[in-house]
Amino acid sequence: MNVISVQNLTKRFGSFTAVDQISFNVEQGEIFGFLGANGAGKTTAMRMLCGLSLPSSGEAKVAGFDLYKDAEKIKKNIGYMSQKFSLYEDLTIRENIRFYGGIYGLTNAEIKEKTASLSHTLKIDDKLNTLVRALPLGWRQKISFSVAMIHKPKIVFLDEPTGGVDPVTRREFWTMIFEAANEGTTVFVTTHYMDEAEYCGRVSIMVDGKIDALGAPQELKEKFSAKDMGEVFLKLARGAKRGDD
Amino acid sequence: MRALFILLEKEFRQIFRDPAILRMMFMMPAIQLLIMPLAADYEVKNVKICIVDYDHSSYSQKLVNKITATDYFRLVDYTDSYDKALTYVEHDEADLVLQIPSSFEKDLIREDEAPLFLAINAINGVKANLGGAYLRSIIGDFNREVRLEWLQLPRQNTQPTIEIESINWFNPLMNYRFFMVPGILVILVTMVGAFLSALNIVKEKEIGTIEQINVTPIRKYQFILGKLIPFWVLGFVILTIGLLISWVAYGIIPVGSFVTIYVFAGVYLLSVLGLGLLVSTFANTQQQAMLLSFFMMMIFILLGGLYTSIDSMPMWAQTFTKFNPVTYFIEVMRMVVLKGSSLYDIRFHLLKVLIFGVVFNSLAIWNYRKRS
Repeated sequence: MNVISVQNLTKRFGSFTAVDQISFNVEQGEIFGFLGANGAGKTTAMRMLCGLSLPSSGEAKVAGFDLYKDAEKIKKNIGYMSQKFSLYEDLTIRENIRFYGGIYGLTNAEIKEKTASLSHTLKIDDKLNTLVRALPLGWRQKISFSVAMIHKPKIVFLDEPTGGVDPVTRREFWTMIFEAANEGTTVFVTTHYMDEAEYCGRVSIMVDGKIDALGAPQELKEKFSAKDMGEVFLKLARGAKRGDD
Repeated sequence: MRALFILLEKEFRQIFRDPAILRMMFMMPAIQLLIMPLAADYEVKNVKICIVDYDHSSYSQKLVNKITATDYFRLVDYTDSYDKALTYVEHDEADLVLQIPSSFEKDLIREDEAPLFLAINAINGVKANLGGAYLRSIIGDFNREVRLEWLQLPRQNTQPTIEIESINWFNPLMNYRFFMVPGILVILVTMVGAFLSALNIVKEKEIGTIEQINVTPIRKYQFILGKLIPFWVLGFVILTIGLLISWVAYGIIPVGSFVTIYVFAGVYLLSVLGLGLLVSTFANTQQQAMLLSFFMMMIFILLGGLYTSIDSMPMWAQTFTKFNPVTYFIEVMRMVVLKGSSLYDIRFHLLKVLIFGVVFNSLAIWNYRKRS
């Protein structure tokens, strides 16, 4: 069953076409890697799917709802973790959990339960009342992810969740992603790390606003006769006309 | 409803965790109300006058005494050279030069008429105008005295003189502080409300948390209300502190009821905060928001009738003040504090400000985009 289906989705900013007629489907429970160089249009595409940005043309359904008509219904069913920092730095971890949980309509009892289970799995019992500002980046990202998952969404969108995070924390982060996928959540993730691309069920590679390759990592490696995803990426990305942003 | 409650809880937490906002809340009213009324004085005192007396007669002497006896004028020099007097003006040491011609007394007695020459330094327009007016009225007085003196027989006084006695209603001692302090209080509430609300949403845009909010199913009106209500409460706190300070420091107790003031302030804050929120839906950075709201506040305050009387503005400016919420609050504050006006008396003010509030807030909700 497809939870995301996209046909010819396009976003123009004036004469610049950031996303150029992309089409793909994502199945439930899949970990879908969305790869591309800086400025290839990954974030713009993801923002459209989250209902943050209005497409210029094309069709898309997310969690069974139309992107144009039912954007607010989509929002109940998705979680989003942006590239920019998404927790409130001047609130504590507990207060952030309470805030986002409350906004998604969790009851006080549910919030309490969530807080307890999160602090247990993330081992942050003693940090619950610490301001987010005082936490290292890796911790913040793990908490951001947990907060994006707080309302058990059908799909979670992660925009470069592991950028600037140390290798150990990256591993832990991916363990959390696998757990989410095992529980049936669809994970839509953008990344620059090619080792992470190998963890994905399927991968799409965007170049200059278009999807140039799409398939399981193994398939792509065979198709481009490359020994790893890094080589696949380099072969495709070298053809890019757009510069680094 | 619950989402709104959660939003409010978060906003209040953030406000109380920000020492700068708390400090501003208490320091701003205190400083503005304690210092500004002392400095922003309408009365012109110490007008520097230089008198050039070519006559040296007993009448010219009398006139000089009369002028220097008031505390409005400070005699810079008493000389018999107009050129010397003019150098005082050139060096900004004198505001007025009064020249008494050599035949002053002679003409006065013989011709019943004597000219005086008055030169005014118009660099500072207000001082020049008022100084000139004071001096004219002193000379007018002097003139009357001279005439009465010459009419030796009061019972056969054929030339009636009119004495004018005036009473100052609502502010009998013409204490300008009673007039300024309520106005300054309005400015205070306006500034804090407009700036804080204008900066708030933009701050979330800058940090990036707004994206996270926009991706939740929260409704636009909930979000705007969540931003509006905390600053509404804050506005009341500042108003209360301000009223307390004006009572303690200046003994100003509103003649009218506090209920009238708070009801009007509540509606007024709604419109000012709406304006701030509208600004913040347009601006992308705190700098933009700050400049834009500063620009608007300058116009609103300068054309709000605090420092200059609206009645003396040109027609187009008077029309503009009808669309300026600050004007209405200043008027209402003065009406309630000095005259004791009731809610019924200010009903039209209230209605107009309510309309502003509805318009500004609707525009803010309309212009706030969850999706760009």
